[in-house]
Amino acid sequence: MSNSKLTRRGLLKTGAVAGAGLAMPTLFTGNVWAGSHGGYTNAPSNGKVILGFNVPQSGPYADEGADELRAYELAVEHLNGGGDGGMMNTFSSKALDGTGILGNKVEFVTGDTQTKSDAARASAKSMIEKDGAVMITGGSSSGVAIAVQGLCQEAGVIFMAGLTHSNDTTGKDKKANGFRHFFNGYMSAAALAPVLGKMYGTDRKAYHLTADYTWGWTQQASIAAATEAMGWETVNNVLTPLATTDFSSYVAPVLNSGADVLVLNHYGGNMVNSLTAAVQFGLRAKEVNGKNFEIVVPLYSRLMAKGAGENVKGIFGSTNWHWSLQDEGSKAFVKSFGTKYGFPPSQAAHTVYCQTLLYADACQRAGTHNPCGVAEALEGFDFDGLGNGPTHYRADDHQCFKDVLVVKGKENPENEFDLLEIVEVTPREQVEYAPDHPMFAGGELGKCNPGA
Amino acid sequence: MDQILLQILNGLDKGSAYALIALGLTLIFGTLGVVNFAHGALFMIGAFCAVTLQKILSWSTITIDPTKTDFLGNPAKIKTPYVEAWFGPEMGAAIIDWSVPLAILFSIPIMILIGFIMERGLIKHFYNRPHADQILVTFGLAIVLQEIIKQYFGANPIPTPAPDVFRGSFDFGMLLGFDPNAIIYPYWRIIYFVFSLGVIGAVFAFLRFTTFGMVVRAGMADRETVGLLGINIDKRFTIMFGIAAAVAGVAGVMYAPINSPNYHMGMDFLVLSFVVVVVGGMGSLPGAVLAGFLLGILESFASMNEIKQFLPGIDQIIIYLTAIVILLVRPRGLMGKRGVMEE
Repeated sequence: MSNSKLTRRGLLKTGAVAGAGLAMPTLFTGNVWAGSHGGYTNAPSNGKVILGFNVPQSGPYADEGADELRAYELAVEHLNGGGDGGMMNTFSSKALDGTGILGNKVEFVTGDTQTKSDAARASAKSMIEKDGAVMITGGSSSGVAIAVQGLCQEAGVIFMAGLTHSNDTTGKDKKANGFRHFFNGYMSAAALAPVLGKMYGTDRKAYHLTADYTWGWTQQASIAAATEAMGWETVNNVLTPLATTDFSSYVAPVLNSGADVLVLNHYGGNMVNSLTAAVQFGLRAKEVNGKNFEIVVPLYSRLMAKGAGENVKGIFGSTNWHWSLQDEGSKAFVKSFGTKYGFPPSQAAHTVYCQTLLYADACQRAGTHNPCGVAEALEGFDFDGLGNGPTHYRADDHQCFKDVLVVKGKENPENEFDLLEIVEVTPREQVEYAPDHPMFAGGELGKCNPGA
Repeated sequence: MDQILLQILNGLDKGSAYALIALGLTLIFGTLGVVNFAHGALFMIGAFCAVTLQKILSWSTITIDPTKTDFLGNPAKIKTPYVEAWFGPEMGAAIIDWSVPLAILFSIPIMILIGFIMERGLIKHFYNRPHADQILVTFGLAIVLQEIIKQYFGANPIPTPAPDVFRGSFDFGMLLGFDPNAIIYPYWRIIYFVFSLGVIGAVFAFLRFTTFGMVVRAGMADRETVGLLGINIDKRFTIMFGIAAAVAGVAGVMYAPINSPNYHMGMDFLVLSFVVVVVGGMGSLPGAVLAGFLLGILESFASMNEIKQFLPGIDQIIIYLTAIVILLVRPRGLMGKRGVMEE
């Protein structure tokens, strides 16, 4: 006699229950899952879609990060139907209607990149894994942007880059899940060089001071190539550590080097300090080789111009956008941002606002938040009404092509925001380049990654 | 040759800041025996005193001017500083222009007060604790002060220009017979160097030629005996803390036109100043000053292109390398006294 309780009847009953239990999910998955889990990371559920805003809230670019956050909050307000709609009213695509994205209310979480790549990656990872962000955006440094772009590619979410200017972001480090609206070093150089040639002549000797990291190198390489093509000579290129605050030992040898132009491939605090040192050493008042000594700052920012004060007067540079533009999109954005916050937006604020709207619009047109669907909707997308004229999101490298602004420090600013004046709006055709241009070669876009 | 002279000038100017901060650090260490990692923060607060005075002097009345518009198209608000309204446009503009030198007077009482509060409020409780505790507490205080400044003033550097009359640079080279433009140096940096010599001289004179200073020096040499003689050395040492804070603050004020003040400048100078103190010899005032200038010049030379071509990155580490070599060869530092920190 066996003590086992196993009888044939018991086995049949257990088997039936087990079978029903295993089959149960399929009874429910059909409708419940199809809408909220289409096979990609952090699909929106419960009527909400969560965006992750990863900006520098401390570190040298904290002020730009703060402005980016303001623009993001404004974009979310407009997407959810609040405020005056901002650039949603002037955007050429009318897919957005103020009811969020695909009927989901837009919510957001924020992270602090501290302008350091590892902190940025950790913060992005936390937003993806803990907070359920379906898209990550933001950043004010190319090193950070490239690091977070890589993380988003691995994790299977879309990365809409913020302020990143290095060629590498959509060059050798381009990724299929990453998209950049902001212009890059090559475009700055292509826009600036002809203006410099006209203003300063083609027989100039340039001395470059360059921030020693990816952005500085590509920026310097771009401006050197563009000015040399015009006839300038690059006398020297000195790399300065990113953490430098006192540039006097770098500026001191410049006057004696035979150069008559100083090119500062610096941004943020670096640019404020190096420009101040250059002016303190009296470079701008000097004459070398029979010409006035000039200083050029290829990448400008109004917030940095404020930090440099009077030293920016008459100095040429380039920006992605400026609040004084008079097209309908720019005016709408300045009015919206200015009314809410009391001061005009910076180019950092503008680019991240555009990126948020572009993402939302792409989701709406694709009918999904799936990164592959969004990528397909953005690739080759032509749009207008977002402040830069007709713009094209190129499929080969996920880079936006649009007009570039050449600006100059104003001699007589009328108020505290009126520090830069637009000298030329360089048309898009002049700053375009082939996808396999040597400065952008060396990386593969790869395939989009939808994640889970 | 002209490059070498230029870098020496540059180094003297950098070294002035190191020397002033190191002087304050050594004073505090020599008198109170406290390792004060918040000293860099005092330097930063001094610089922000200059910023604050500039802001205060720029407080303006706002009048609406209907003939001009602001960026939103609303009638523009014209700001007229109160000092210009009270003293007339020229006098008012001159006052605002001279805000940095005026800030020296403004900052001295503030820095002494802050030093006093720091010492009585926090550091007093750590006199008899191990140096590690003192370092932790003062470093924590430095971070708190840094974040308070960042919260209030923002993260960007704030331009604080020198008076107009000192803008521009001086052609040293012509003076010495070199070609024009071979050696030029900004006026204000030269003024900073001379000013720092003045402050250092004043501190030494104070310690050497006044009774108060004599008591402090005696207390630095042997605190217990001075106490046994019935002299209240604690009060005098607290006052010395205030003076050290004022020295750091004033160094910061005058440094503001050289490098726009930002919330991180305290930390940037602090680490190097500690290296300077250690190289000069803990507890030795002349050592701290000498080491400050020496290391400033060394750092300047190491940034020269000719040297960087052979040894890239040397400018970042030269000070630390020198400290290592000196400490290996002469552990007491250049002018350190026997017995200090050797237990």
